[in-house]
Parts: sequence; C-alpha cells; structure tokens
Amino acid sequence: MPITPLLAMIRKDLQLFFSDRRAVIVSFVVPIAIASFFGMVFAGAGGNSGEPARIAIAMVDRDMSAISKAVVAGAQADRSLTVTLPPEDEARDAVRRGRTAVAVVIPPGFGDAAGKALFGGGDKPELSLLHDPSRGAEFAMVRGMLTQHVMEAVSHDMSGGARRITLPYTVREEAMTGANAAYNGYAHSFAGMAIQFLLFAMANIGVEMLLERQRGLWARLRSAPVSKLTLLSGKAASGTIISLMILLVSFGFAMLVFKVRIQGSVAGFLGVSIACAVMASTFGLLVAALGNSPATARGVTMLAVLMMVMLGGAWVPTFVFPAWLQRGTMVVPVRWAVDGLDAMTWRGIGLRGAVLPMVVLIGFAVLFATIAAARFRWEEG
Amino acid sequence: MTLVTPALEIKDLRKSFGSLVAVDEVSFRLERGQLVGLLGPNGAGKTTTVSMIAGLLTPDRGRVLVNGQALAGDTDPAKRRIGLVPQDLALYDELSARANLRFFGALYSLTGRALEQAIGSVLDLVGLADRARDLVRTFSGGMKRRLNLAAGLLHDPDILLLDEPTVGVDPQSRNAIFENLELLKSRGKALLYTTHYMEEVERLADRIVVMDHGTVIAEDTLDGLQSRVGGPGSGGRAGGGRATLEAVFLTLTGRSLRD
Repeated sequence: MPITPLLAMIRKDLQLFFSDRRAVIVSFVVPIAIASFFGMVFAGAGGNSGEPARIAIAMVDRDMSAISKAVVAGAQADRSLTVTLPPEDEARDAVRRGRTAVAVVIPPGFGDAAGKALFGGGDKPELSLLHDPSRGAEFAMVRGMLTQHVMEAVSHDMSGGARRITLPYTVREEAMTGANAAYNGYAHSFAGMAIQFLLFAMANIGVEMLLERQRGLWARLRSAPVSKLTLLSGKAASGTIISLMILLVSFGFAMLVFKVRIQGSVAGFLGVSIACAVMASTFGLLVAALGNSPATARGVTMLAVLMMVMLGGAWVPTFVFPAWLQRGTMVVPVRWAVDGLDAMTWRGIGLRGAVLPMVVLIGFAVLFATIAAARFRWEEG
Repeated sequence: MTLVTPALEIKDLRKSFGSLVAVDEVSFRLERGQLVGLLGPNGAGKTTTVSMIAGLLTPDRGRVLVNGQALAGDTDPAKRRIGLVPQDLALYDELSARANLRFFGALYSLTGRALEQAIGSVLDLVGLADRARDLVRTFSGGMKRRLNLAAGLLHDPDILLLDEPTVGVDPQSRNAIFENLELLKSRGKALLYTTHYMEEVERLADRIVVMDHGTVIAEDTLDGLQSRVGGPGSGGRAGGGRATLEAVFLTLTGRSLRD
C-alpha cells in the first residue's frame, strides 16, 4: 500500500475534523461535562471515600419510652443510616415527596408492649413504616436494620440491662476492586460518555463521506491511482486516531480531576482503548457504506448509537439490567468496550481481563469493515 | 506514412445501469495538442463516458487506451496521465487552497519540493497564487472553478477531462479558464471538454463529438458539422452564412425537451 496517499488521507481528515469547532467541542468537551455529572451521581453519598452510602430515614417517636429511645439511638448510631426526627406530618410529607426513603413511626406504648411480646406474653405492637414505593431496595434494607435495633433495645431493657441480643457475627467488608483501590464512580461514567461521543464522531465521519460523494470529491479521489483499500484504510486510520484522542483526553481529565486510576493493566487499558477506537472507526465506514443520503444516514445512525450506548451500559451499569437483558447486551460492542475499560480502571483486573474485550471489539471491527467494503458504492458516474 | 498513437482512444464503450443503456458502442480519439468538444443533451451519456475514461465506472464492454495502453485497474500508473476536472466543485471548503492541492497532489504520490513546485505552478496558472493560504469557503464561484481546474492539472497529466468546467462562473473567470486551456493545448496536452455552451466549443474545439441516447451521432470539425446543416430552411445561420453550432446541434439531436 503506497504510504504517501495514505498519510495524506489521514492528515486531511484530521485537518477537517479540527477545523470544525462544533465537532471538537461536542467530541471533547461535552463528554467530559456529562461524565462529570454522572460520575458525581453514581459516586453516591459516600463519594469515592470507600464509606457506604447512607439511607435517609425519618423517625417519629410517639412513645418516648426507654425502649423507643434506645431504638432511635441505635438507628442514629448505624453508619448505614442518616436519621432525622421530624414531626409525623413532616415525615409523611418527606416520604411522599421522595426526600426520604422510609419514615418509622413508633406508636405510644410500643416499648411496654414489645417487652411483653418478646416472651409471648402479649399482643405484638405495630411499628409503622411509611415508605416510597419506588425505593423498594432501600425499604427492605431499613426493615432489616430496624429489626436488629429493636431486638437489641427490647432485650437489653427486659433483662434489666444485663443482657442484650446482638447479631451473632461481625462483618468484614471488602470492596472487590483492584488491590488497594477504592471504587471511583467517575471511571465508569467517563468510559461510557467517551465511547458514546466517539461513536457520534465516527458516525459523523461516515455522514461526511456521503457528503464527499455528493460533492463530487470521491470522483476526484477515485480518479487518482489509489486503491480502494488505501482509500478505506485512510478513513479507518484517521477515525481510529480521532476516537483514541477522544478516549484518552476524557480519561486524562478524569485522572487529573477525579483521581480515576488505571488499577488494572496500563497495556490492557491502551489495548482496549485502541480496539474500541478501531471498532468505532469501522462503524463510521459502515454508516458511509449503508447510508443512502447524508440526511437519512444522520438520523438513523443517531438512533443506532443511542441504542448501542444505552444497551451497552454507557449510561448506567449493566448490573441494574434484568438478567436476560444483561445476557442479551453481549451482542452490543459498546458493552465490551465499557466492561473492558471498567476492568482496567476501577475493577483493577490485570491484562488477562483485557484480552477478551479486545478480541471481541476487533471482531466487531472486522465484521463492520467487511460489510462496509462489500456494500460501499465504488462506482461514480 | 507514420502512424501516431493518440493520447486517448476509446473503443466500443458500453455501459448500462440495469435495463438502461447509458452508453453504447462509443468510439473516438483524442490527439495531443487537441481539444475535443463532447456535446449532447442531458442524458446523452457524456458524463458516463467521461467517468469510464477516468476510471470511475467500469465499462461493460469496450476499452480505454491511454497512449495505446489499456487501463488496468485502480492503481494503474497510466491513470497519472489523466487529469479529471469534475462537474462538481470537488474541493474541501474548510481547507485552504494550498492544503487542498497538497492533498490531491499526494494522491498522485507527489511529495516535498516537487509537490510544492507543482502547487505553485498551477496556482500561478489559474491566478490564485495570492490566495493560496485562504480557505476555499471564502472563494467566489469563479475562483473555486479555477481551483477545481488547478487540482486536475497538479500532477501534470497528458490528458485532461473537463466536465462542464465553466458552470456558474462570471465572464472574467470563464475567459481566464479559456486562456488556461488554450495554453495547455499549446503545450501538447489533450483535452476532452464536455459542455452545454455552444460558443465555448466554437471557440476552443478542434473536433466535436456529438452524443445522443448513449451513442455518437456525429464527429467532425466545426466546419465539417456546419457544412452538414446547410440546406434550405435550416435556421440559426450566422450572418446569413454558415449555420451556428447551436443550429447544427438542434438539427442533429432534435428540439424535444430532455430532462
């Protein structure tokens, strides 16, 4: 393959890309801004400190007995909960408006009745749990934690302070990330957003190829003694370089500002990044090969990219998907790119963890390039 | 008697798109230092013929001979002997004139000093040397047409294919392009020129090929064609004498509208 035309193609595409200020802003600045926002959201209340996120609950003690006060004190001491003590009306309103996941209302006489009920000597008192139906998981966790605190408070009171029923075990918590690494929500959000916007950039390059055809530029290119392989390779190479730049600039920002670290393998990170960039650039070729006109191609590819990034876990991690969908999204290249970058950053998996995503991404690239070469309209007339 | 190989010879070219036969059994020659005007109504097959010569379309049948040699594929070095000036303004608006030419020259493997000299030479020829660094999007239509011509000349081809190169330009730019073409012809270049403007062909062409419905219906000098339309009742005579080329053209191709 002659190198001079190939290098000229690459240089020209880079010049055109960087001469378009809007494209540069959309490709480099916008993903950083959105990823910063998503990173902040997904970092949760615990941030990146390694502390668990706390669940906000409200407690209304209408009993004011020793037992009910002990229950409230136990909940306040729980590092998984943030407890407020508003009047009942305010507690109900906070749950209704979604500001609090659960409100616990301890009725009058609770302590006395609970003490008797513990040994089967009386009716069980009713503890009111007001909950936000959209936050089922948090409700279940609060219910479990409350059981523990009530049992401790009642047993302690009924034994005259001599005995307290406690959990018969302690917990050693270990976040399964890389060695000495804490989870950093920004790592995932920057991976997802960078991939989304490099796919947009490559789809745009595909649309630009259609515009080049419309403007007669491909006729001039095809009249030169340059092979089809050189023309497509030039486009693929320039697309790969731009994609890689988008990824590296995004992660560079995340490393500098949000302390995202490559906890796995640097070589693996670069390998997944390059494979992802190659996949994206061949996706651009596919757009050019299958698109009928720039206008229709632009609309269709926008939809295709959004579907790919949504299903690939670029917006929210795939573990929140139903099991069947998690399996189904394995056919989406973005899923492999996001998983590969997650593995090399906050999950801290070594080079071995990068191999499969790289192989799959290159496989997608070969598939896209093959279809593009077969379907590309070479004849100009 | 010495037989001189023509710069370009096309033999029995045929191209169809589905059931539509766009070009059928088209043959003609183009000698060095000669400009051949290729005329025809819309849909006559002119652009398809030029596209086959430039390697943009693969003929179903027939041959394109450049200096007696058939073109063999996309990367045939003989393609360097052909320069294409397409009907569209095939330029990158967001690049400078020089950056455009640097790119198009590199496609022909021109590099370094040779490339810079070629760029300087063609920009001088088309009168755009002082605008070399300016973005093409700042150019007028006439300047873009001249740069379009320069891009086709950059690699110093022996044969220049010009597909309606003066569409939408002002008289000054058109005249400048004509002077460029006459200079190229005097340097021994062979030019194939398609247009709808009859006066351009009358001024520039040594020979004229008229196509209609995909076939060559006449090929002659201007005088030869004019002599064919001389009978009583033929309109469009210039000064009451010879028929104008437009009259000849309408006589040959008819007056029905072509869209």
